[in-house]
Amino acid sequence: MKELVIISGKGGTGKTSLTAAFAALAKNAVFADCDVDAADLHLILAPQIKDRHDFFSGREAIVRPADCTGCGQCQQHCRFEAIQADNNGTYRIDPAGCEGCGVCVHFCPANAIDFPERHCGQWFVSDSRFGPMVHARLGIAAENSGKLVSVVRQEAKKRAEKQQADWLLVDGPPGIGCPVIASITGADAVLVVTEPTLSGKHDFHRVLDLAKHFKIPVFLCLNKWDINPEMTERIETLGTNQGARPLGRIPYDKAVTAAQIAGQCVVECGHGPAATEIRNIWKKLCQTMP
Amino acid sequence: MKLAIASGKGGTGKTTLSVALALAADRPVSLLDCDVEEPNGHIFLRPQIEKRERVVVPVPVIDDEACTGCVQCSSFCQFNALVCLGSKTLVFPELCHSCGGCTKVCPTGAISEEDREIGSVECGHADGVDFIQGCLDVGHAMSPPVIRAVKHHIDPDTLTILDCPPGTSCPMITAVRDADVAVLVTEPTPFGLHDLKLAVETMRDLGLPFGVVVNRSDAGDDLVRRYCETEAIPILLEIPEDRRVAEAYSRGQSLLDAAPDLRPRLRDVLTAASQLQRGNQPS
Repeated sequence: MKELVIISGKGGTGKTSLTAAFAALAKNAVFADCDVDAADLHLILAPQIKDRHDFFSGREAIVRPADCTGCGQCQQHCRFEAIQADNNGTYRIDPAGCEGCGVCVHFCPANAIDFPERHCGQWFVSDSRFGPMVHARLGIAAENSGKLVSVVRQEAKKRAEKQQADWLLVDGPPGIGCPVIASITGADAVLVVTEPTLSGKHDFHRVLDLAKHFKIPVFLCLNKWDINPEMTERIETLGTNQGARPLGRIPYDKAVTAAQIAGQCVVECGHGPAATEIRNIWKKLCQTMP
Repeated sequence: MKLAIASGKGGTGKTTLSVALALAADRPVSLLDCDVEEPNGHIFLRPQIEKRERVVVPVPVIDDEACTGCVQCSSFCQFNALVCLGSKTLVFPELCHSCGGCTKVCPTGAISEEDREIGSVECGHADGVDFIQGCLDVGHAMSPPVIRAVKHHIDPDTLTILDCPPGTSCPMITAVRDADVAVLVTEPTPFGLHDLKLAVETMRDLGLPFGVVVNRSDAGDDLVRRYCETEAIPILLEIPEDRRVAEAYSRGQSLLDAAPDLRPRLRDVLTAASQLQRGNQPS
């Protein structure tokens, strides 16, 4: 079983559209949506949810106003600027700012701070028209997206191994931080999909460094390459010089958005220029990762 | 006014809009690039960087002589950043959230803190815009401390535009919280609509007033517009798809370079945002 993670650095370059297209092309595959903040793969794969699981991670400090003496020690100890004085002489912890470290809980002389487990979201095991899928929804303003990513990946991997799948295809998050690191560590390869813009190049460079840091082989493909052919050239050269392998150039094609609006993968909607190139890229991946 | 430019989905045009708003605004204005994982504002503004500072976070160091292996620090740490083995304690700095709890609970004073570098903040100017950007070092997981370091440069008396990271989790929340008003940038596609709804829920959860800007507004369907109507969310601007804009963007040119006629409408966005901001709404 080969695990391929589709990432981008920069957001909005086509990770999910490409992952969904690969899902349609892959035989015997399991899918994971690790962009748990803004998961979109289910909009195309239309999974039937079979199991739903609550995800708890970390804790959250909550002041009981009735027991708060207003001494303010919690605020002095908090390094996350999460505690403010209320008008009525007690203190309040902003859930959006609370890191869940427990320092205020420990040092409150009145023992007035509760520290319950934090419900951070849900994860799902589903069936789609292309195969099993594991996905998640992070709670609004929730922490610990990296840990939820790890759960989604582990569960998808378990299923892939059990059904002796040939592929585990992972739709990754944007950026280079904690959820991306949780998505790529230990994977067989990453495919970076980027666009031929200065921003795309800048962000490709950073995500390439990240993959190298974790010693993961990198494939590269350019989306909407014809917006700026010269920049496409420069990004491919940069990638090649740093050990990444360019696999193809997807042209700008209105069929990609049209497919998304129809709830389909672009390769399900015919043989336009983008669909054709994505088939080529998938063929090359299958040859390179046998 | 602190104006956060945010979105659920990435690549919808947050940076494009942030830079264009800063260039169209009356001076003084500050642009803060809080997308510290992939900061791109500098590409379009090309500022002269005048000051650089490293962002450090404090992490524990153990004095092995003084450590008794009592496990109080490791049982206190919520992030498993400390492990006691016999009479020794090991630190895993990459897991540490720098809360300082371990130093405070250690009964023998065996824990002090040292600085760990995780990123940088740069300050500069371009076209009369004060520019501050954060940049997380590659390989580091936690962006919120770098975002907080960028936000320490906010001047409360100056119009401040915060270019925020995508998503709805800690980095986005760290960037938008305590802003006065937010603009959510989206595109008229199923992905754009789905992630807009998540961002809207986040804004409502935070109690932050907001409006929407629809980018590439004619390149998809009508569902974003209908959703905003149903939810009574003001659409502050629609930017039609334009290959000239896309090509200019690819070369690092700003939206105003490619479409200078947008300037008055960008100024209208700033006016509308200031009317929406906290404490300024009709009750």
